[in-house]
Amino acid sequence: MEKHKPILLVDDDDIDAMAVERAMRDLKITNQLIRANDGEQAIDYLRNRNNRTPCLILLDLNMPRMNGIEFLKAAKNDDDLKMIPVVVLTTSHEQRDIVESFELSVAGYMVKSADYAEFSEIIRMIDLYWTQCKTPDQIVRPENSRAGNFDYAKAGGPIRR
Amino acid sequence: MQTVQPILLVEDDNIDAMTVKRALKDLKVTNQLVRTTNGELALGYLRDDSRPKPCLILLDLNMPKMNGIEFLKVAKDEQILKRIPVVVLTTSGEQRDLVDSYKLSVAGYMLKSVDYKNFLETIRIVDLYWTLSQMPELAEDGKSPPGLCESDKDAENVPALADNE
Repeated sequence: MEKHKPILLVDDDDIDAMAVERAMRDLKITNQLIRANDGEQAIDYLRNRNNRTPCLILLDLNMPRMNGIEFLKAAKNDDDLKMIPVVVLTTSHEQRDIVESFELSVAGYMVKSADYAEFSEIIRMIDLYWTQCKTPDQIVRPENSRAGNFDYAKAGGPIRR
Repeated sequence: MQTVQPILLVEDDNIDAMTVKRALKDLKVTNQLVRTTNGELALGYLRDDSRPKPCLILLDLNMPKMNGIEFLKVAKDEQILKRIPVVVLTTSGEQRDLVDSYKLSVAGYMLKSVDYKNFLETIRIVDLYWTLSQMPELAEDGKSPPGLCESDKDAENVPALADNE
């Protein structure tokens, strides 16, 4: 994972959000964690140019207002937002949710475990995989850009509109 | 992977295909590896309902006839095929390839290392991650598709199936 970019967690449950935060701290994952309580807040965050674009979105499915599937429909229909990898992190094992998520281009679907050690292992694996993966602006980042503060819009870059 | 479905490797280079096969063997990944040498042959395989659908596609980008990006354009426009996660495995770190791939819904983009130990580590991480992830059913009606079992004969006739070792 690109350490200077935040991870966006979209989850309405405070306890779950705390578990993600704790696992990241225990695993020494230094990315800033930004949290949105539902899909609508997440879209607002992502469309605001003053906000830093996350390297990864961790998405819960069952949320009020705009749920995870509705969020995906909006995000994956947006030419800029569609490039940000989304990993579903949910308690739902339902095949319908899994199929719908993959049809909406998710890059992983992890079922949350109530057991902290197992949960932490999921977060570790997500970090390991996305650290190994190349993502677009990891390579074009200009030498003189300050970490996390680069204006993609000005540079005509791919992420921000 | 949790499933018994094969992994589809779309790769024109024989040496690279052998390296993937070797890595899977060294990592004791038991999924069958099916190989096609370009995007067009991959689509032919994927559209053939008598063949087991793969749980994962490992996709090279630079290939003759139909390259990786062209393959993604077609596959990600088809209801069932779009569900299958595609991980790009390439030597190209070019910005344009990265952007095109992510816009076409890839679920990962790994650079091939010429060093075997590093390459093995990449494949190990891909395997671990996709073993942990849930996988979508690939039948339209939610029932198991035909040939979802690990019978080797299913892929014997696939063009350019890797047959080293």
